[in-house]
Amino acid sequence: MMMKKSMRILLSGFLVLLVAVFLLMVEQDKAQNGMLLSVLEKGVILAVVAVAMNLLNGFTGLFSLGQAGFMAIGAYTTAILLIPVDAVDSVYYMNGINPGIKAFKTLLESAPGAVQMAYPYLALIVGGLMGALFAALIGIPVLRLKSDYLAVATLGFSEIIRAILSSPQMDTITNGSYGLNKIPGFSSILITFIIAGVCIGLMALLIRSTYGRAFKAIREDEIAAEAMGINLFRHKELSFVVSSFFTAIAGGMLAMFMRSIEAKTFSITLTYDILLIVVIGGLGSITGSVIGALLVTASKEWWLRFFDTPLSIGGISIPLFRPGFRMVVFSVLLMVVVLFYRRGLMGDREFSWDGLYGLIKRLIKRQRPSKGGAA
Amino acid sequence: MGNHVLRLENLTMQFGGVVAVNDLSLHIDEGEIVALIGPNGAGKTTAFNMITGVYAPTNGAIYFHDEMIVSNHPQGKMRQNYQGSHPEKFPQVLVKTPDQITKLGVARTFQNIRLFKSLSVFENVLIAKHMHSHANVFSATFRLNAREERQQRQETMELLRILGLENLKDEVASSLPYGQQRRLEIARALATQPTLLLLDEPAAGMNPQETDELTAFIRQIQKDFHLTVFIIEHHMDLVMEISNRIYVLDFGQTIAQGTPEEIQNNPRVVEAYLGVPEDAED
Repeated sequence: MMMKKSMRILLSGFLVLLVAVFLLMVEQDKAQNGMLLSVLEKGVILAVVAVAMNLLNGFTGLFSLGQAGFMAIGAYTTAILLIPVDAVDSVYYMNGINPGIKAFKTLLESAPGAVQMAYPYLALIVGGLMGALFAALIGIPVLRLKSDYLAVATLGFSEIIRAILSSPQMDTITNGSYGLNKIPGFSSILITFIIAGVCIGLMALLIRSTYGRAFKAIREDEIAAEAMGINLFRHKELSFVVSSFFTAIAGGMLAMFMRSIEAKTFSITLTYDILLIVVIGGLGSITGSVIGALLVTASKEWWLRFFDTPLSIGGISIPLFRPGFRMVVFSVLLMVVVLFYRRGLMGDREFSWDGLYGLIKRLIKRQRPSKGGAA
Repeated sequence: MGNHVLRLENLTMQFGGVVAVNDLSLHIDEGEIVALIGPNGAGKTTAFNMITGVYAPTNGAIYFHDEMIVSNHPQGKMRQNYQGSHPEKFPQVLVKTPDQITKLGVARTFQNIRLFKSLSVFENVLIAKHMHSHANVFSATFRLNAREERQQRQETMELLRILGLENLKDEVASSLPYGQQRRLEIARALATQPTLLLLDEPAAGMNPQETDELTAFIRQIQKDFHLTVFIIEHHMDLVMEISNRIYVLDFGQTIAQGTPEEIQNNPRVVEAYLGVPEDAED
């Protein structure tokens, strides 16, 4: 039985309202809920990257591992644009800033108020466009490769980006290995959630459009897709560019969240974290990626923290519990998921109100006969 | 020249030392059903792959409605071998990609079924409509093409109804029985709105009854969709029943052509299929 469309819209609207009210309530007491807030904010940012990665890996079938590189491009672009002019000299205290960038930033500071208001969002979009530009260029040679070769090539690209960003030649732009700090963030976690929601919503709309179907066709069978009149290269490039655009935007959001970035943040481990999220959530499921991002971030930063602190039971200290053990647990978790729950939390299904309704109905039905048996 | 729908001229495909197709010339007229037969490894599928742009032929040319769509493309060592043959005839090097050829109106099915396995029957057919869509990424994402999308969905439903796949529309493609998978592959090819349909062994693995159904089905769609059909098949009952003309290929060369009756009585064809009796060799 299907629900009416109006009912579904009503339920979704109610859910959004609930999340917004919850976020505002949590934010009332920042000191008390500091961990929850940062987990939520980081989780939702990683959810954008995870959905973008899923668009490429789960829906188009292109196994790319360049996410960290595109995040770095977005993060650095956004950060350089956002650091206030007054703070520039203290950020670039070692090598000084490129005079061209400083002049440009000073010029922007004198822009009218409306531009100032929209500036953080524009900076994010410019970061995204920068990521998209690099993706378009790198995609031309790289997307001709298949499966594992593509993964190796994109991984290499990501490492090259990181090396370039921290190289001494880039000192006056990226501040080399010192990294950037004093990046202004958003005033409320709600704004982060709204931006992330818009990004994920746009990708979901794309996936469910005629282009999304073409992506799925390429994933299923390239030769057949081509015989259906789908230009392979054009559609792969499109998927790659769109995915990188949103990955770079999420990179910018991460920079605004962390307030300071350095090239080391964007190493391969970041890509692996996102891969873990995508696999746990389910390849080919948008909602799976979102749930996966929140779950993995929460367990990593919060729930599983106790693995890193020394533990003693009855006076005997357990030797394994020391800083870094958390990562071991995580790696084991990934292996278990890949071995036994290959489809992840959601498989390739999506959350829907009808699905939830059906699930509840099944649960109730299952309970009834057992009650009857007991009586 | 005339107005042939498809014309192959001196088509040759050489893989290293193996000449898969050797100097193949043929033509197909509008509304015909033409069969390409021959023993295993005769080069039939290679010919199809050249027509659809999957392989670039080492020599020769392919015309679709008198427009050149594929021409000689000798590579590596082959360049020296073939540069000399018919240089005046095929000066152009031209290979369209498979998607461009599909857009011109050539649709095909595959010998080993290539459906989009984990997608539904409906989606499988709907994907074929993508190339006719006028939407770009932005208009598609923001649903500005809703009218076109609705129309494509209607057309897809209509096509499924005509082909009798309507009540299977939500099934996952890989869960269909074999015969229905074949039928779905043809439906998907028809959704690209072709004028020429290439069928690569559509009856492979079918029992006699299914083959009979398929024969009627091909004849039906040929009439309903005003198609020209080019078919590779091993089931001789099917071939003899539906084709107007037959080309026989052996070791990459055409050894015979003609109506089904002519082919059945052609000694060279019998020889290719059954071999030469030992006492006749002297």
